[in-house]
Amino acid sequence: MSRITTEQAIHQALAEEMQRDARVFLMGEGVATKRPDLLRDFGAARVRNTPLAEAIIAGTAVGAAASGLRPVIDLLFAPFLTYAMDALVNSAGKLRYLSGGQFEFPLVAMSMTGSGWCVGAQHNHNLEAMFVHAPGLKVVMPSTPADFKGLLKSAIRDADPVLFFTDLGLLHQEGEVPDDGDHCVPLGEAVVRRAGRDVTLVSYAKTVEVCLQAAMQLGAQGISAEVVDLRTLKPFDEATVLNSLRKTGRLVIVTEASGLCGMAAELAALAATRAFAALRAPVVRLTGPDAPAASSWVLEQAALPSADAVVQAVEGLLHQAVAEPAVLAAS
Amino acid sequence: MSAAATVPATVRRLETMLLARAYEEALVELQHGGAPGTCTSVGQEACAVGVVGALEPRDRLLTNHRSAAHLIARGADPGRLMAEVLGRVDGYCGGRSGSLHISARELGVVLTSTIVGGELSMAPGVALAQKMGQGEAGGIVAVFFGDGAACEGIFHEALNLAVQWQLPLLFVCENNDWQAFVHRRETMPDNAIAAWAAGHGLAVRTVDGNDVEAVHAAASEAVAGIRADGRPRFLELVTYRLRGHFEPDDQAYVDPAELARWQARDPLQQQADRLLAQAALDSAGLARLHEAARARIAAAVAFAQASAWPDPRALTRHVYAEQGDRP
Repeated sequence: MSRITTEQAIHQALAEEMQRDARVFLMGEGVATKRPDLLRDFGAARVRNTPLAEAIIAGTAVGAAASGLRPVIDLLFAPFLTYAMDALVNSAGKLRYLSGGQFEFPLVAMSMTGSGWCVGAQHNHNLEAMFVHAPGLKVVMPSTPADFKGLLKSAIRDADPVLFFTDLGLLHQEGEVPDDGDHCVPLGEAVVRRAGRDVTLVSYAKTVEVCLQAAMQLGAQGISAEVVDLRTLKPFDEATVLNSLRKTGRLVIVTEASGLCGMAAELAALAATRAFAALRAPVVRLTGPDAPAASSWVLEQAALPSADAVVQAVEGLLHQAVAEPAVLAAS
Repeated sequence: MSAAATVPATVRRLETMLLARAYEEALVELQHGGAPGTCTSVGQEACAVGVVGALEPRDRLLTNHRSAAHLIARGADPGRLMAEVLGRVDGYCGGRSGSLHISARELGVVLTSTIVGGELSMAPGVALAQKMGQGEAGGIVAVFFGDGAACEGIFHEALNLAVQWQLPLLFVCENNDWQAFVHRRETMPDNAIAAWAAGHGLAVRTVDGNDVEAVHAAASEAVAGIRADGRPRFLELVTYRLRGHFEPDDQAYVDPAELARWQARDPLQQQADRLLAQAALDSAGLARLHEAARARIAAAVAFAQASAWPDPRALTRHVYAEQGDRP
């Protein structure tokens, strides 16, 4: 175990997987400039700076993946993925199926997302749900340095295209990370970060910490909250969510992304369709507003679900017969 | 009858063009009977046969929604192609792609995109994999697209990257004057495609796309050049889409005089006339070629129509990798 940052964990995963498999290569806007030791160790053929042209970076990755390579592309900021969506959605996600399984697309598209840097809506947009909605893609959004390393390694080894989102606010957090070169966290497995009896808090990425803080505050009041970290949004671990919900009977979903047609909506639907009899209270969603991200610190922070809001929501569930679904934008 | 080995290459090219034409005409007929509509490449057969004939089995290609002649020139079985178009299990993609996205790994037909320009987006990656040792030694990649795709931004992104990274990639623009229902004159200046491509700093040639021998010669030279120095080349093939955008299409929007001008330049007729003039073929021989193509396609139709429908229980198979899929 070493105590390292998320950024270092990502770097370790890239270096280890490039060492392990000569087909893995890295391509993107400034990757060779920003990772000089990878350039030194693996050469200019495998660490490629590209033009600032997301569509051709993604398209090239799709063609390379179909032809035997295992590209990892760095598209910098999630909003730039909209330029890359044709290649990712229409080609990477669909052509395995349309070809009847003749071709596969083992590629990873990395980008940064979420609040914390006051960079405004064209550099900050939680659009992970768009890719969850697209067939053929997988979507990963870790919350701890150990998971960043283990999930990125699994994503690189996976036979399908994976969107790998890094929450900006987590880049410099530190955590214990296994040094083992085979530290892989399987895609599609959620983890219970804190066990509890009275309510299930489900989240991913930066808002997992918000839920853990809320759980501590609730614990001080004698309320026992279980915190589930999804880690992979597609395929997502329904069993872990349902097991927790059947134990607690109450569900609060916390995401930084807006609520409409997002992961929070999907989780609420899961609860209603698969665990209705276990519900002791309405499902609550705490999400960002349906609005572009503002750059002002105050406005940016106002858009995020806070630990206090989670605590309030849980208190409402426990002390009222019927709680109104809370949407942060309306509060 | 001559053995295949003794048939001159010029006659074989006519034979392949006849087969592609007969295949697409059969599809048009089937469409009248309710089969799914298709985007034909009627009128563009010389482009396909000339270029694909200049490629070797170790080379790979990417194409687009007007792919029938490319696939047939590459040696695809018309029966399996037809089965794919009809959505049957014996199609190259098990009936999942239909006519618009057919790929055939065994033929080196890597990917087919019906997103206009999508093939241009993926082609540099296929060529990069070739350059980085994933294909057969010395192989190159050819990508077919139209004048419509040349109006997409990805056209420039692909050319720029291919030149900058020195990718073994042959860009083949089949400039057929039509972009779905819009004439090219509404979208670009007359010589724009070659000029745009040349601006990216690679060798560009514009060739009569209805002359299969001219296309074949230019493609052979470009392919040899790419094999020799590993750098991309660009061919603009000037041709014309003789049928509509999609079957059925009454082409009411087409200037009849323009259509008639190009019908008089039909690439099949031109090649037949040339071979007759050279005495490489006589009229009886030509009639036999026509008959052979029709017979093969009739067999293909019978094969496709006899092929089973896919099992609906396999609806979601191949969305993701499964145990037993290709490594």
